[in-house]
Amino acid sequence: MNFEMSDDRRMLADSLARYLADACPVEKRAEVAYQAPWHSETAWAGLAELGAFYALVSEDAGGMGGSGFDIAVVFEALGRALCPEPVLGTLLGLRLLAAASKDVESVLAGQRIAVAVGELDAPYDLDGIETRAEGGLLTGRKSVVYGGAGAERLLIAAQSDGKLALFDVAAKDAQVSGYGMIDGGPAAEVFLDATPGEMVLEDARAALEDALDAGALALCAEALGAMGVVQEMLVDYLKTRKQFGQPIGAFQALQHRAIDLGIEIEQARSIVILAAAAEGGPEFGKRVAQAKFLFGKIARQVSEEAIQMHGGIGITWEYPLAHFAKRLVMIDHQLGDTDWHLERLIAELVEA
Amino acid sequence: MDLNFSEAEQTFQAEVRDFLSAALPREISERIGRGEEPTREDMERWHAILNERGWLAGTWPTEFGGQGWGPIELHIFEEECARANAPRIVPFGTKMLGPVLQKFGTPEQQAEYLPRILDGCDWWCQGYSEPGAGSDLASLKTKAERDGDHYVVNGQKTWTTLGQFANRIFCLVRTKFEGKPQEGISFLLIDLDTPGIEMRPIRLIEGGYEVNEVFFTDVRVSVSNLVGEENTGWTIAKYLLGHERTNIAGTGFSVQALEQVKALAKQVKRRGKPLIQNPLFAARLASVEAELEAVKITNLRMLSKAAAGGQLGAEPSMLKIKGTEIRQELNDLARRALGPAAAPFPSEDLDNLAIAPRGAAHNAGGYFNNRKISIYGGSNEIQRNILAKGMMRG
Repeated sequence: MNFEMSDDRRMLADSLARYLADACPVEKRAEVAYQAPWHSETAWAGLAELGAFYALVSEDAGGMGGSGFDIAVVFEALGRALCPEPVLGTLLGLRLLAAASKDVESVLAGQRIAVAVGELDAPYDLDGIETRAEGGLLTGRKSVVYGGAGAERLLIAAQSDGKLALFDVAAKDAQVSGYGMIDGGPAAEVFLDATPGEMVLEDARAALEDALDAGALALCAEALGAMGVVQEMLVDYLKTRKQFGQPIGAFQALQHRAIDLGIEIEQARSIVILAAAAEGGPEFGKRVAQAKFLFGKIARQVSEEAIQMHGGIGITWEYPLAHFAKRLVMIDHQLGDTDWHLERLIAELVEA
Repeated sequence: MDLNFSEAEQTFQAEVRDFLSAALPREISERIGRGEEPTREDMERWHAILNERGWLAGTWPTEFGGQGWGPIELHIFEEECARANAPRIVPFGTKMLGPVLQKFGTPEQQAEYLPRILDGCDWWCQGYSEPGAGSDLASLKTKAERDGDHYVVNGQKTWTTLGQFANRIFCLVRTKFEGKPQEGISFLLIDLDTPGIEMRPIRLIEGGYEVNEVFFTDVRVSVSNLVGEENTGWTIAKYLLGHERTNIAGTGFSVQALEQVKALAKQVKRRGKPLIQNPLFAARLASVEAELEAVKITNLRMLSKAAAGGQLGAEPSMLKIKGTEIRQELNDLARRALGPAAAPFPSEDLDNLAIAPRGAAHNAGGYFNNRKISIYGGSNEIQRNILAKGMMRG
């Protein structure tokens, strides 16, 4: 048994952390993440140049990683930096292109790609997708497509001949209405009206499930990184903020609550490790569901408690905690919330 | 045991309902019902309508222009207003300063300021908290030093809600620097047009602007604007914090929020069905509804005790804790119900895209913003301290 990170991944984590500290400083984040294009094109180019995207896809497909732990390392670093760069779309895109044996070189070099699955009435549900393809033309609406604003290329899940298929669409051929998210970063509504697309997977269901699970793992790792920073901010505040003539951290009521968060964050790290280790195996879906379920609860608790123990300052725009807290809570709205993943686990229990 | 309001109270309730259905402008109530914040104009318009009926400050004694309502009438009025989606009454003049002036003010202060609260000439804001004095309010440092007929005020206040609309501020200031900190505080009324005052906005987590910092540099305030005796400000502040706390649970807001979440959960879909049919979500909703029903009765039990002349002591602190926790849980459900549609940063440009059902686009922002309710007005930690002190003494 060995829970140490490999040297390669440690180096990747360190170099990413150094790069992000410089390219995405949290003090500048509000200027970048909340106005068009809702991320930094310079930081994006820098991430590509650093080779960060190579860690997200396997050697067979042309990358240099792609395992659960590679994904977790990259996204934990992004989470610690509260980086608004739309890397999630790249991860999903690379994984789907690899499943379709398509070339990934341009995406590795930084081409912006977004994966459009969810719809207004089917936010997480592959069975509910109504977007259709006929004769290579797509019609339908995709909602809250992460990284959709500014993407050059869209991978779109659509019904075709009774199967869920995947299409490669040039963003310029679709109507893409971009916007920023409440926690920063770009997204879009994508409207397709007889929009031409190249079918890359005729039966994409298994590949989509796998990619969405990889995405959910990435989001958990991102949240883990953000939680670590929140915990550091909280402990620092408890030690330095004085009321009633002493640091507020001297009050046992607050100590216990801060410790409870610490315990939950350790649980969060453990479930990410378990899910990352399951990548590529038969239990990946179940482990990811367990992770995303726990993260929905823990991330909310960490955000709310950290804000509460900070008091008013914790809900001011100027103080970075507010933005970390928003990101932590809103991650539960991406790729299946805590109830959604609990239902997956319940279904599995019932079937067994 | 009888859980119903008395006949007279029921008559009053019907009267309030009739009034609201006739007098509350629909275009305001529709927006509030969709979860939007009232505008300044909405609040001023609603205040004027209420004032015409004599109900803007119903708990004030009749000699000051009120109705002399007791806690049960106030409760009925506030519940009905919330149910009808009326804008919240801005509390700083009507609920806070008014009762203070009636108890501690000079006849001149009462004559000058009370009518101006009712007719909308004055919009008051509150200068209590400071950057270094939050939960530990008694450690406040903004000082008022006597210079002839004036005080000279220097310091900084923060979290001043809706200060951007106000023309006056009531402040706690330090007038004595030795001895117990509570014994050197005074209560001062300040015109915001006085030279030396600067108000700066504080942007909140969801991007909105409702609180401010207020800076005082050599601000000269006439001694006639001192309320009560010098160095008795802490007594006044405690009176104010203890006033009308029987309605602190905000159950009217929760009832309103519960209805909004139910309606939303019938509109949005998961796995091809309305969300309300999802057992996990329905369980969350049913749980918070049970909590809400219980706190409504807890609230009525305390009201009944207060109306019978009983002393409430620390009990309203329970209502603050439970009431805010329930409201925040409902805000959580309103956000959660939307799934990914909660994610867009609300803007008018997005309304055309109709990503979230009408009126729900602000649900995530509302959830984040309402983290404040367990922090302000004495954080829930302070409320627990108050209860614990009562328990250990008892």
